[in-house]
Amino acid sequence: MSGGLFDDLRDLYQEVILDHGRKPRNFKRLDDADRSARGDNPMCGDRMELFLKLAPDGHIQDAAFQGRGCAISMASASLMTDTVRGKTQDQARKMGENFRALAMTGICPDCGGDIAEDMERLAPLSGVHDFPSRVKCATLAWHTLNAALDGGAKEASSE
Amino acid sequence: MDGHMAPPLNLEAIRADFPILAEKVRGKPFTFLDSGASAQKPRQVIGAMVRMMETAYANVHRGAYHMSEQATEAYEAARGAVARFLNAGDVREIIFTGSSTNAINLVAHSYGRGVMKPGQAVVISEMEHHANIVPWQMARDAHGLELRVCRITDSGELDLDDLAAKLADGKVGLVAVTHMSNVLGTVTPAAQIARMAHEAGAKVLFDGSQAAVHRRVDVREIDADFYVFTGHKLYGPTGIGVLYAKGALQEAMPPFLGGGDMIAEVSFERSVWAPYPAKFEAGTPPIIEAIGLHAAIDYVTAIGMPAIEAHERALVDRAMARLPQIEGVTLLGRAQDRGGVFAFALDTAHAHDVATLLDRAGIAVRSGRHCAEPLHARFDVESTCRASFGLYTTPAEVDLLADALQQAREFFR
Ligand SMILES: Cc1ncc(COP(=O)(O)O)c(C=O)c1O
Repeated sequence: MSGGLFDDLRDLYQEVILDHGRKPRNFKRLDDADRSARGDNPMCGDRMELFLKLAPDGHIQDAAFQGRGCAISMASASLMTDTVRGKTQDQARKMGENFRALAMTGICPDCGGDIAEDMERLAPLSGVHDFPSRVKCATLAWHTLNAALDGGAKEASSE
Repeated sequence: MDGHMAPPLNLEAIRADFPILAEKVRGKPFTFLDSGASAQKPRQVIGAMVRMMETAYANVHRGAYHMSEQATEAYEAARGAVARFLNAGDVREIIFTGSSTNAINLVAHSYGRGVMKPGQAVVISEMEHHANIVPWQMARDAHGLELRVCRITDSGELDLDDLAAKLADGKVGLVAVTHMSNVLGTVTPAAQIARMAHEAGAKVLFDGSQAAVHRRVDVREIDADFYVFTGHKLYGPTGIGVLYAKGALQEAMPPFLGGGDMIAEVSFERSVWAPYPAKFEAGTPPIIEAIGLHAAIDYVTAIGMPAIEAHERALVDRAMARLPQIEGVTLLGRAQDRGGVFAFALDTAHAHDVATLLDRAGIAVRSGRHCAEPLHARFDVESTCRASFGLYTTPAEVDLLADALQQAREFFR
């Protein structure tokens, strides 16, 4: 009973997104994190802190985040932390690049190969491309990931 | 208040004056509830600006030829209209600026740094727009002023006891506060604030960016030293703002920007400032915008500020009656004296998600922190939606908002 008024918004707010937005996964601080970074969209009030635990060979052993924001930004961070776990840093960056393209255009330029399955999981967020003012909500987590991988000292913003 | 006896507005005729209101958004009528960010423009304003450009445009105060003289006359007539609108005693007390932001920066520079002494304090409040916070922080850092922040109460009203406390040591040189909050809709008791400031030996600036749009302002009745508003929120164009400043203060203040038009005499050794207000209007001013602002003032004056105030008050009362009945909706602030602006939040959804849903219903509200981050921190909320009404807003639009919010709550269970 969601009211017909908003039925066409189900493309943007798919059940997965509402679910991850309401109950974000990996929503905690990692006390033994090797890297962390803050992300902030000052205009919307989305704010998050991302934590990464790296394995000796450099791949991402664990990822978690804390923060407050809209359903899209929370769901995106939740899905991101789920999908980058176990990835090498290069794979994670490549996923981020493709995700940003997906969020902006709805089309993924290079989503095959070893990241295909994970990009599939992120696909529900591609609906934001129809909502230009909301793209940055979806990409904040990935900007923050880059900041953390780059060393984590600076604040990320997707504005 | 006289506002409550004003006759109702002829909404149909008013709405017909605003071409954009006939636009459709995603196939639905455009329900514009974001006038507080910037208001729509009536044909009268659009037409006046076009007419000036087509028939009477040239630079002002410069040419000894017919067109320039005409443009100068029109520009100065706009100053006269603003003076009457604010009930200023003297047209020279009206300075045209680019916006409210520019006007406050002018005061922060020319009065804050130019007249106030290091060690003196400026008092602002917790419900200021960033435009009335940041310039004072800059003046504080550059000139050694102290910045004091007057508290507001949980209902969103200025805490006058705290203001008295902040004024008590006599070190305050200026009280700079909003006349109406752009988030809470609270109207502050300007005359009382001015009295308190003056008794403590301080001057007072009111940020009237919102207030001047929603009610009649009389700068002499409230005894403001500085009063600021911006054209685009008053159904006028962007690019023009107003600073009312008492003559004696303008006399004492050094210029803000240097350039053409603000000097009486220039040599490479020195320049002599033009008399006020010209000394604060360096360079080519917003001429066409001044003509547009004049038309906007004529427009709202013809309808009547008391009638506009009463209209918006009725809309707010309607919203205040309906919204709290929707499960999960909370309102920020509950001020007694208020204008057509209010902020709200939904328990199950972030403001941005709510705004995206409302947009689907053709309803435009603002979401985020509305350039008032410290105020949101004060109420411990990350962000809110804000609805703001204009003279063209209808009761049916308020109902539409309430209905859509009800459905949004169901969507984000
Ligand atoms: C209370 C208040 N002060 C100042 C401003 C700044 O106005 P402008 O952006 O036109 O300078 C605004 C509007 O954004 C406002 O609502």
